Amino acid sequence: MAFLDHAARTIFLTEFVKGMGLTLKYFFKKKVTINYPHEKGPLSPRFRGEHALRRYENGEERCIACKLCEAICPAQAITIEADIRDDGTRRTTRYDIDMTKCIYCGYCQEACPVEAIVEGPNFEYATETREELLYDKDKLLDNGDRWERQLALNIELDAPYR
Amino acid sequence: MGKYLDIVAGWFGYRYDDWALLTFGTIANVLVVALPVLLAVAMIVWVDRKVWAAIQIRKGPNIVGPFGLMQSFADGLKVFLKETIIPAGANKFLFLLAPALSLIFGLVGWAVFPFGEGVVISDLNVGILYLFAVSSLAVYGIIIAGWASNSRYAFLGAMRSAAQMVSYEVSIGFVLVCVLMCVGSLNLTDVVLAQKNVMFGVNGYFFSGLFPMFVIFFVSALAETNRTPFDLPEAEEEIVAGFQIEYSSMSMALFYLGEYANIILMCGMMSLLFFGGWLPPFDWEPLYMVPGIIWLFGKIFFFFFCFAWVKASVPRYRYDQLMRLGWKVFLPVSLLWVVLTSGYLVLFDKLPG
Repeated sequence: MAFLDHAARTIFLTEFVKGMGLTLKYFFKKKVTINYPHEKGPLSPRFRGEHALRRYENGEERCIACKLCEAICPAQAITIEADIRDDGTRRTTRYDIDMTKCIYCGYCQEACPVEAIVEGPNFEYATETREELLYDKDKLLDNGDRWERQLALNIELDAPYR
Repeated sequence: MGKYLDIVAGWFGYRYDDWALLTFGTIANVLVVALPVLLAVAMIVWVDRKVWAAIQIRKGPNIVGPFGLMQSFADGLKVFLKETIIPAGANKFLFLLAPALSLIFGLVGWAVFPFGEGVVISDLNVGILYLFAVSSLAVYGIIIAGWASNSRYAFLGAMRSAAQMVSYEVSIGFVLVCVLMCVGSLNLTDVVLAQKNVMFGVNGYFFSGLFPMFVIFFVSALAETNRTPFDLPEAEEEIVAGFQIEYSSMSMALFYLGEYANIILMCGMMSLLFFGGWLPPFDWEPLYMVPGIIWLFGKIFFFFFCFAWVKASVPRYRYDQLMRLGWKVFLPVSLLWVVLTSGYLVLFDKLPG
């Protein structure tokens, strides 16, 4: 009997027809494609994208040059030089991130005591040259200014879980 | 065809029997068929991608032009602008000949393809044999490509392809024998007309008796054109792209054109041999109001949809499975069917002609 069953299945291509039926069902299903440049998928507040250096509301930069991020960075992508500013506070004179080295682990954000360096929601920063991916302090602060609203919101949303 | 040529004659100010006119007329005829075929190839690639995408719940190409219809032309333009790279160890002449051959063999089959009663470039009385021969020749493009590339992957792909095409040609041959026994003619127009006045545009035995043959023909056509369940010659995961591996730019595009022209030809053959070509699906007078070419295109399109559908559904066969199916299943079954069909025709005295 098992032999007959098997033979019948083979001759009438039962399994094949079943499979084709299934794929035909999917043919008419609603498509899940997102038209990317025009539509975008949702992002978690924890999304780790392009880096940014944030400022306080009075415009003072948050970074105090403690170099914890530089120390924890597993890819050694961060380079910091610090000096005493004219008003006697300790500030960075150089804050570079080599985005080509960065592995987007988010440790710098975790290590930062003043929530200065963060990884924002931006992931569309492809460049035409490699040099453009060697970020300096100006670029990072500029990112911070540009994305501040979203960055602050993300930190607030994630705060209960920290 | 004569009326046709007379019209063309008018354009050039010649008489029909003028040799120059005959030449121009033939070239015009060829262009009238070949250019739409190439256009159809571009469109059918788009259809293929759309169907494939839809089954994977994606949208497929939808940016270039309305519904992404111009995608194939954009791809073609891109490929055209790329550099043709000829490997240092390759046989230059054969390397460049192979894609051209592949396209030529994809197109010459259309010479005997009837688009309606009398609407055919060459109304050959051995049309089926001609088509069979041409589809067998397609293997040359591939095997020359594999050999001329001087690459192991390409050669492996070509060898697989040659073995596969030869194996499945045998069963295709027997399927054709079954059909032409029922028709009593090798002329494709006769094959279609023999299916008139019957349900589904298919004669009693054409549909019921020859349906298993149609299934075998369909699967063999998939193997013959290296489509997905049998695309071992270009198995990406094993031998990268098979015989195409060393090809770039336009030479690769020619392979694609040839491959898809062949696929459309195979779909066309299926509609001619088993589903009544340009005849409407039911022998009902109002259906004849629709031009036959629409029915033919509809049928070809349906079979191409099935090709794309299979491509999206079925995983690739292993090489030994492919050979087993070809030699141990299809060959005996189709041979048996030749015996049964001829026995039936003789026993009930239904031999045509």
